[in-house]
Amino acid sequence: MTLTLTNIAKTFPGGTRALLPTDLEIAKGEILSLLGPSGCGKSTLLRIIAGLETPDPGASIVFDGEEVTHQSVETRKIGMVFQSYALFPNMSVRGNIGYGLKMQKLSRADIDARVDEVIALCRLEAYADRAITALSGGQRQRVALARAMAPRPRVLLLDEPLSALDAALRGQLRDELAILLRQFGITAIFVTHDQDEAMAIADRVAVMSQGAVAQIGTPEALYRNPATGFVARFVGDAMPLGGRIEASRLHLPGGVIDLPKPADGQEVLVRAEDVRIEPQGAVTARVEAVTFLGTHYRIALTGATEAPLFALHTGLSAPRPGEDVRLSIPTEALLILPKAGAA
Amino acid sequence: MIQRHFLTLCLLPLAIFTLAFLAIPLGRLVLAAGEGDAGWAIYLQILQTPRYLSTLGQTVVVSLAVTVAALAISTTAGLFLVRNRFVGRNTLLSILTLPLAFPGVVVGFMIILLGGRQGLVNQILPGHWTFAYSITGLFLGYLYFSIPRVLLTVMAAAEKIDPALEESARTLGAPPLRIVIDVLLPALAPALIAAGAIAFATAMGAFGTAFTLATDIDVLPMVIYTEFTLSANIAMASTLSVVLGLVTWALLLIARSLSGTNVAAGG
Amino acid sequence: MKSFTKIIPLLVTLLTCAFLLIPIIQSVLAGLTVNYFRGLSSGLTLKWIGEVWMLYSGSIFLSVGLALACLIVTLVLGVPAAYALARNPGRASRVLEEFISLPLAIPGLALALALLQLYGGWTEFRTSWLFILVGHVLYTLPFMVRSVLSVLAAIDLKTLEEGAASLGAGPARRFIDIVVPNAMPGILAGALTVVTLSIGEFNLTWMLHVPYLKTLPVGLADSYASMRLEVASAYTLVFFVMIVPLLMAMQWASARAQRIMQ
Repeated sequence: MTLTLTNIAKTFPGGTRALLPTDLEIAKGEILSLLGPSGCGKSTLLRIIAGLETPDPGASIVFDGEEVTHQSVETRKIGMVFQSYALFPNMSVRGNIGYGLKMQKLSRADIDARVDEVIALCRLEAYADRAITALSGGQRQRVALARAMAPRPRVLLLDEPLSALDAALRGQLRDELAILLRQFGITAIFVTHDQDEAMAIADRVAVMSQGAVAQIGTPEALYRNPATGFVARFVGDAMPLGGRIEASRLHLPGGVIDLPKPADGQEVLVRAEDVRIEPQGAVTARVEAVTFLGTHYRIALTGATEAPLFALHTGLSAPRPGEDVRLSIPTEALLILPKAGAA
Repeated sequence: MIQRHFLTLCLLPLAIFTLAFLAIPLGRLVLAAGEGDAGWAIYLQILQTPRYLSTLGQTVVVSLAVTVAALAISTTAGLFLVRNRFVGRNTLLSILTLPLAFPGVVVGFMIILLGGRQGLVNQILPGHWTFAYSITGLFLGYLYFSIPRVLLTVMAAAEKIDPALEESARTLGAPPLRIVIDVLLPALAPALIAAGAIAFATAMGAFGTAFTLATDIDVLPMVIYTEFTLSANIAMASTLSVVLGLVTWALLLIARSLSGTNVAAGG
Repeated sequence: MKSFTKIIPLLVTLLTCAFLLIPIIQSVLAGLTVNYFRGLSSGLTLKWIGEVWMLYSGSIFLSVGLALACLIVTLVLGVPAAYALARNPGRASRVLEEFISLPLAIPGLALALALLQLYGGWTEFRTSWLFILVGHVLYTLPFMVRSVLSVLAAIDLKTLEEGAASLGAGPARRFIDIVVPNAMPGILAGALTVVTLSIGEFNLTWMLHVPYLKTLPVGLADSYASMRLEVASAYTLVFFVMIVPLLMAMQWASARAQRIMQ
């Protein structure tokens, strides 16, 4: 299903603008992630698409050519996975999964057949007759997904579906979820504050900040060509190189870096993997802390820029805390972007 | 929105019932107080008529005595039951909460069985040990009624006290009695105030017990009853009811804001 | 010293138990002995119970009927209202909850006077059992509402309902499928409280009843005033047999609701 959102905004009673006017188009079968810090408006946007919140007047939500802006949530035929899963504790796993089908007034046999199908797809056979309270967090998450998918919704909406899980489980379930969503082949919108989740699951990511979409694109595009400093920071943890910019030269406390073009009034950022420790580097810094991470070391450096800078260092050994080192940053790795706030 | 309509629909039956049988009748009661010959000055009449004044005084004194006694007994027993586990503890607890479901009339009968003309005490100690129909009997009846309620409030609060508080006092060398005074009672204070207010309000308004025992004693509920049924002094009965209702309501409001429990008055 | 601080509370506890329990035992014994003055040696009998049944069985049936009617009315009025209050936890809801709880705080005598003055002139209503029922509902309704409300307040009702709505359930369906089943522990505890209190209610009932509509506690008061001690005791015994299991069930259900809420 194609989803077209036009002029979606939300002002809460009291005047807080949770969402500025936003347009978005989601293609059939596409998985879009809404990524941003808490309070950026991503959940509000998702809840407006679901019909759980009413947008400000002037909005238009179109599902495959059908205007649904004024339809209530129960008539929109959406599937939703809630952050807390919202599984009904008074029903078994089967009861939960079959509930949406019961609402469609399907026959008992049709419901059973469809429930069995979804249970098999989500590998829940062993738990079908259990009580919800007897399930682990990961199992609950799969039940929530199965329940949302069973009535064949037009669009699947997921609100932070992994955040209720502990860290160890989250990574594994993230990949499972990505595979399941592709199997379903459904148009899906996925809200998260975790960039790794967004990258792993989504075809396209919309990065949101302060009630607006800052940039939308494939994970690669966002990573390689961030449009603003905020996007660069949020996707790939870019660090600002704080210093004084004079035309195409950046004066840092630890040395001077040549920029590919004049950048007055803009900001320069770099990612930790692009900061190299080399004897002939142009910038001096002092090693503050070294963390061994298996495949590489993460090194905290002071003196190079105004704030601590991090470098990822591969190799069998690393410099020790307290040592002075020299850093080089390839010109092509520098991200020159409009200053935050000006964007 | 449809959801809002549905919620309104859910509230509607209760709202209609409450309006018809609570709000309007209470309004009528307040107005009835001012409809006597004296008008609104009837409230002054309470203070000027020795019988009403002594009734009010007597009711307050009995209620205060019941409150103090019920608090002392229930706190002692409640703390003991919370802090000790022994065989038979649950039986004791059941006995202590059994009278919760007894209406005031039954409590009155219990006191008659203890201290009436054919009562236990009179049988064991020959002589004239008949106290059921006196102010003592009323006091014991109210006490019988209040002990289970105060006990449950105190025990609920005592169970929530962090045992580490007491343990830390012990590590600092406090003897058991000091722990009770310095640690437990302060922690229980809100519950004790709440339970005390409940006991006091209950005793002020208790009708059933008084009805069984106190045909000769002037306590507020009995005076309201006789004003209404025998003297047909509806204005005075209403006025005294309003005063009584305001006092008990205010006390229970304080009790609930302090403890969050809800225990019915009555009896 | 240690034993001293334990023995006094133990003594107080035991004496209190004795104070509460002894008259109960007396009443049970008196209701079953041939002649209470002569004591147990006069022999045990069910004669008094039989006499109570002859004299007062109507009051027992009336009380049971009233309690069941009261239960139905409080369910119909209270459960949906508790749901509405749970979904709108604002100041207005608090005030309404406080207002319907007034009958817990205001003595029954005052409430009865209020009802009598407004409806006393409407003879058909005044002399029917419905008038007593109104009093019982007034008194028990707050228990039902609060019991259900406390359970609903402890679960994430809003999200559960959003889940059901996203699956196509409208407001009434959600109430039946989600709200009522999840509120069940509170409804059960509330229902047992309502029945227990209704059967034992005296203060309102005494004022509201007419002579041919005697409930159990009204009958008890009547027997205390005019019957011999053995009959009064036997009647009290019948009351105990009805109310004590209800009280125990009520305490069990309330404890269960508390546990589920945590």
